[in-house]
Amino acid sequence: MADADALAPTRRASWWRRLPVVHQLGQSVGLQRGMLVAGLVISAVFVLTALLAPVLAPFGYGQLRGPDGPFGAQRPPSAEHLLGTTVGGYDVLSRVIWGSRTALMVIVVAVALSIVVGVLLGLVSGYFGGWLDRILVVVSDALYAFPSLLLAIVMAIVISRGQSDLVGGIFAAAISITVIFIPQYFRVVRAETVRIKAEAFVESARVIGAGNVRIMSRHVLRNATRTLPLILTLNASEAILTLAGLGFLGFGIEPTEAAEWGYDLNKALSDVTSGIWWTSVFPGLAIVLAVLGLTLVGESLNDLADPRLRTRRAVVDGSEGVAPVPVVPGGVIDDGLDGLDGLEPTERVAR
Amino acid sequence: MLIFPTIFILVTTVFVLMRSTGDPITASQGGRLPADQLAERIHLAGYDRPVFTQYLEYLGGIFRGDFGTTLSDNRPVTEVLTTYGTATLELAFYALLVAFLVGVPLGRRAAYFRDKAPDAILRVFAILCYATPVFFAGLLLKLVFSRWLGWLPVAGRASTGTEIRMQRLNKPSGIYLIDAIQTGEGAAIVDVLQHAVLPAAALGLLTAGIFLRLVRTNVIGTLGSGYIEAARSRGVPESRLLRKHAYRPALIPIITVMGMQIALLLSGAVLTETTFEWKGLGFQLAEYLQARDFVAVQGLVAVLAVIVAVSNFIVDVLAALIDPRVRY
Repeated sequence: MADADALAPTRRASWWRRLPVVHQLGQSVGLQRGMLVAGLVISAVFVLTALLAPVLAPFGYGQLRGPDGPFGAQRPPSAEHLLGTTVGGYDVLSRVIWGSRTALMVIVVAVALSIVVGVLLGLVSGYFGGWLDRILVVVSDALYAFPSLLLAIVMAIVISRGQSDLVGGIFAAAISITVIFIPQYFRVVRAETVRIKAEAFVESARVIGAGNVRIMSRHVLRNATRTLPLILTLNASEAILTLAGLGFLGFGIEPTEAAEWGYDLNKALSDVTSGIWWTSVFPGLAIVLAVLGLTLVGESLNDLADPRLRTRRAVVDGSEGVAPVPVVPGGVIDDGLDGLDGLEPTERVAR
Repeated sequence: MLIFPTIFILVTTVFVLMRSTGDPITASQGGRLPADQLAERIHLAGYDRPVFTQYLEYLGGIFRGDFGTTLSDNRPVTEVLTTYGTATLELAFYALLVAFLVGVPLGRRAAYFRDKAPDAILRVFAILCYATPVFFAGLLLKLVFSRWLGWLPVAGRASTGTEIRMQRLNKPSGIYLIDAIQTGEGAAIVDVLQHAVLPAAALGLLTAGIFLRLVRTNVIGTLGSGYIEAARSRGVPESRLLRKHAYRPALIPIITVMGMQIALLLSGAVLTETTFEWKGLGFQLAEYLQARDFVAVQGLVAVLAVIVAVSNFIVDVLAALIDPRVRY
């Protein structure tokens, strides 16, 4: 809550000020705000590029010849091909731009799937408890410790047997990534649910005769989801990295079906030895930028949710409207960015 | 003591997933062999028996340390592990070294200059380390240091001459640095180290970013705690507070996180080894993937999962020994 709200609790900020990211934007100051804004701008550019790919890209992702005949392979950057052509004879710039679209599609599918499954499982598991809860916790902990890329490889083999078209490839990559993410959402939502279940308002709801489904959906779910924007941004960036990793290992989507940065980097591997830099540098930079943008947003959200890391506006304004919200129940994410393990089992370390 | 159920769940997951869409021979050879030959090979390998029988056999095998035999070159997975495991171990060791040497001191500096320019630069550096896929970092390093500057070799673990010399040793350890020292030739040692620099940097920087953040967060956390305040009020200078009082407790969580890094390190090793043709487990896994040898993939992934689970367990025990606050 902004500081003004703390002093006048009856007046609530307008609805858009309370939206997840907008709220934190208002809360942030100085360097933190700079990082958040930079992240939002880069992410917006990434999304816009993905949406406007057909307009922005000079050629198609699978296009091999222009009006003047074939593009030719491994041509250095020129007026016609601003970033040169690949070993397969594709236009690098076009594939970089189209690649953002593939990445975005995978992110959307992966995050949507893992949120739905993870939140549902976490809610049910945390709310009802019992043996189902115990089994799910052990399984999710085990999967959580699994090297994510290996799990993704196994899933990619299962789903597509290694070779795929656009839809198949995107779903293979997205589902592979989903399997890695579900334990994260599960853990967070479950822990929140267990905590909220003990709150007085849940008790009151039960007293006035609300059913389990209503309590779960109306009282618990709404309060358990506040940390999701943070995990979501971090997972989105991880999704890009996993997709690229899969592509790099040869589980990419065929170049005629879609553009994929990891696949292009794989093909550029041998170019590097002969000094051809443009085929690898640009798709790589695209990955770095996209991940950077999403990570900056995620990290800023993480810091703002952590009272130890949040920069205060000024000492006088120090009064907080609400108690600082720990991102992970029972603690804070100390190392939200360690790639695979977005969430530390903080409950194990007594702080 | 969750290690045994964890291992059980991991190997079961691998089995169920890999077998959920059919047997590995159809998967790798389907369409390339006539149907009757295919059926015969499936029969010979025992894949036409009930899945549950095969599962029990698989579990029994793992219990005895048998993770199956590869299809493409007919080697036991454990042999692949012992042949190539040392290379991965060596790479992981170098990478952790880089991560420590880069991440920990920089994290301390970032905490010291909290919210000032050096902190901002270091944090962006940390995020960049994370945001750069290891294989892209590897490609860039190769491009700059091998191709343009010509300082370091492009790929491999050693030059051919050195490798031949090391194979002549009567007991090669497989860890090239040790073997090179055994040959007693300075040139061999330099050669091996030169080959290790770029892969170690690529994989190490990924982890360095994580260490940097972690140390920063924890030092900031401990700097705000009561005993620091007490020390400060006694007039202990700020630099000493950081160096002596806040820094050491902040290192404890690193040990726990190291355990989690092993999983990341292994994932990263697969990609780094492919980039640098570093002939370790990850490189081998990628080769088997290319050859569509899914028995080998299943075996290797199961082995790696067990390694990760065991090392996580060891790290947890270590953390509990070092930090009395951790209790299970």
